[in-house]
Amino acid sequence: MIQDNTREAQWREELRKSHSVKERVAIPRVVMPMLDPSYRITCNDEVNQGLSEEQAVVEATRCMDCPDPQCMEGCPVSINIPGFIKNIERKEFLTAAAVLKQTSALPAVCGRVCPQEKQCESRCIYNKMKKAPVAIGYLERFAADFERESGEAATPVIAEKNGKKIAVVGSGPAGLSFAGDMIKKGYDVTVYEALHEIGGVLKYGIPEFRLPNSVVEAEINGLRAQGVEFVKDCIIGKTISYEQLHELGYHGIFVASGAGLPRFMGIPGENYIGIMSSNEYLTRINLMGAGRPGEDTPVLKGHRVAVIGGGNTAMDSVRTARRQGADVAMIVYRRSEEEMPARVEEVHHAKEEGVEFLTLHNPIEYLADEKGRVRAMKVQRMELGEPDASGRRSPVPVDGAIDEIPVDLVIVSVGVSPNPLIPNAISELEVSRRGTIVVNDATMQSSLPDIYAGGDIVRGGATVILAMGDGRRAAAAMDEALQSQQ
Amino acid sequence: MNKIVEKEHFSDRVVKLVVEAPLIARSRRAGHFVIVRTGEGGERIPLTIADADPKKGTITLIIQAVGDSTRKICALEPGDTLTDVVGPLGQATHIEKVGTVLCCGGGVGVAPLLPIIKAMKEAGNRVISVLAARSADLIILEKQVSEYSDEVIIMTDDGSAGRKGLVTAGVEEVIQREKVDLVVAIGPAVMMKFVALTTKKYEVPTMCSLNTIMVDGTGMCGACRVTVDGKTKFVCIDGPEFDAHKVDFDEMMMRLRSYN
Repeated sequence: MIQDNTREAQWREELRKSHSVKERVAIPRVVMPMLDPSYRITCNDEVNQGLSEEQAVVEATRCMDCPDPQCMEGCPVSINIPGFIKNIERKEFLTAAAVLKQTSALPAVCGRVCPQEKQCESRCIYNKMKKAPVAIGYLERFAADFERESGEAATPVIAEKNGKKIAVVGSGPAGLSFAGDMIKKGYDVTVYEALHEIGGVLKYGIPEFRLPNSVVEAEINGLRAQGVEFVKDCIIGKTISYEQLHELGYHGIFVASGAGLPRFMGIPGENYIGIMSSNEYLTRINLMGAGRPGEDTPVLKGHRVAVIGGGNTAMDSVRTARRQGADVAMIVYRRSEEEMPARVEEVHHAKEEGVEFLTLHNPIEYLADEKGRVRAMKVQRMELGEPDASGRRSPVPVDGAIDEIPVDLVIVSVGVSPNPLIPNAISELEVSRRGTIVVNDATMQSSLPDIYAGGDIVRGGATVILAMGDGRRAAAAMDEALQSQQ
Repeated sequence: MNKIVEKEHFSDRVVKLVVEAPLIARSRRAGHFVIVRTGEGGERIPLTIADADPKKGTITLIIQAVGDSTRKICALEPGDTLTDVVGPLGQATHIEKVGTVLCCGGGVGVAPLLPIIKAMKEAGNRVISVLAARSADLIILEKQVSEYSDEVIIMTDDGSAGRKGLVTAGVEEVIQREKVDLVVAIGPAVMMKFVALTTKKYEVPTMCSLNTIMVDGTGMCGACRVTVDGKTKFVCIDGPEFDAHKVDFDEMMMRLRSYN
């Protein structure tokens, strides 16, 4: 796609003149078409239906093509946002997708799961005018979906093969983004995945109703078509050691092994039957297909389900519980709704789907029946005190305010710790006290010169897009280092 | 896809499979396990590696048909494939010369015990093995165990082989007779619980290997959690071996019934 997509391109100038600022500002922000809540809790269909061509073009017209687009500053992978949006406005949808692909290996994923309201959209000029920002995320998804559905996916330009082999540990967002960049730079890239499916958290974690597996699969197939090799069922540090990777001739290794261990709260009764991590619950349902015909993996179903936590994974779990037939599905969160780390959209969707919110409550003990199956939880009522290290007001127990709530399934979603497999297997690797791999922030290089790392194994627990940003930075830095060795 | 190259029936419900898995055969050590999946809708289930041949690139798995997934695996024949085999997982057994090691295997637990018996013998220990099962037909690997043991005691509930009685009777007899430096117990949770209670009386350090419910087997899900010394541990990455005197076996047995 050799074409001028810069702001100075003649077509962009003409497009800017085609509508006055006043006209653009007068257009209201598009509303995402959505499935009806009463229907969507009966199935796993994707909630957000995506914009129509007409809606996308009108929304793209709102964008004023700013001379100094702040939205790009808010994007962890610096997508050329006006560049792709203006292509949508002029109905060059495939070109819009091509612009996205210059910087993002997974635009259809990012368009769905990025917290745009905290990133690109939060910097949009419309906010200064006290108006709703351009729906950058919806437009990103539109362009990526249009390209995928058109079947005319443009393959990015790939540099001549340089004969250097690169290994990627983990096939989640950080690994895929890194692999996408390195294959374009001419390296031979092999991605090793521990599970039996490629995609990491995009497959086992994020539910179908928010990110369909077919979308993830299409992005992975895109990388395959570009030459990335995927090896499943292979654990670096176990199946193949660091030394063996050297024997196999790899010049560089990118570790993106993700967040491993689910955290529990360490309260009495937490190991009763019917209490599990959100990782276990979501993996059984999303990765293993529990409950679907032809799938052997079981999952416990609850009538009264409590999900402990207020993050996106908690929202995914509680909305999944509703779809699994729970009569009551509730979020139990120790702070107030304002402090919840989950995306506003997810909280909103959960409420539409009948999820109850028990905020300012914290479980302190679980009670079980004679078979050890959880039957109730004791919750401590909380109030907000002074701000803590995170800047959020910290929850303080209200003396004596303890309630007992009947539950028959509890999903603990209070965070994860980094996966210890790689740090344990490579003892020379510098690891922080929290178990994350220590890297140079700019280059993502670890204490071992040939190992770079990114995503949750470095950050502890973050977002898809931050992981992808890490992958991009690591690819750029590793490429530079390997080039200079010649 | 991993091809099955050899199959042997130990009993109606217990089968030995030799499976092609060259990378695992090369890197595995005693105590390690693999996660296996059969068929596209298959469950991920943990199985201990009973033996491996790095030259041939094969690993040996011994499976008891107890549920749908294990029944499916037991029904496979040479030439068939396992959809996925991943590993080796878990911490390898800590092998050192301690003196006399008493190895107790209950039922199909003898399979994961065999590589430990072998390694303990090769490390220069005196090895006494106690194999226990309900009846004679459920005693497996007696010949292989004998090869690496200074003495083998067989215990059956019904007396159809060896001596009549529980594994603990055999264990107690040896401990009363001579100085035992380490006991290794692998078998059903209830058997390990009672071996641990017995050896605790005599203050003999005891190690057990736990086979809990798992999904990913790499520390991600926490389905395998057990309480050891009052703390929650993950069998897949902290184990599968633990100090048997510190394991909460009652909780473990309760959790094993999660899906019954």
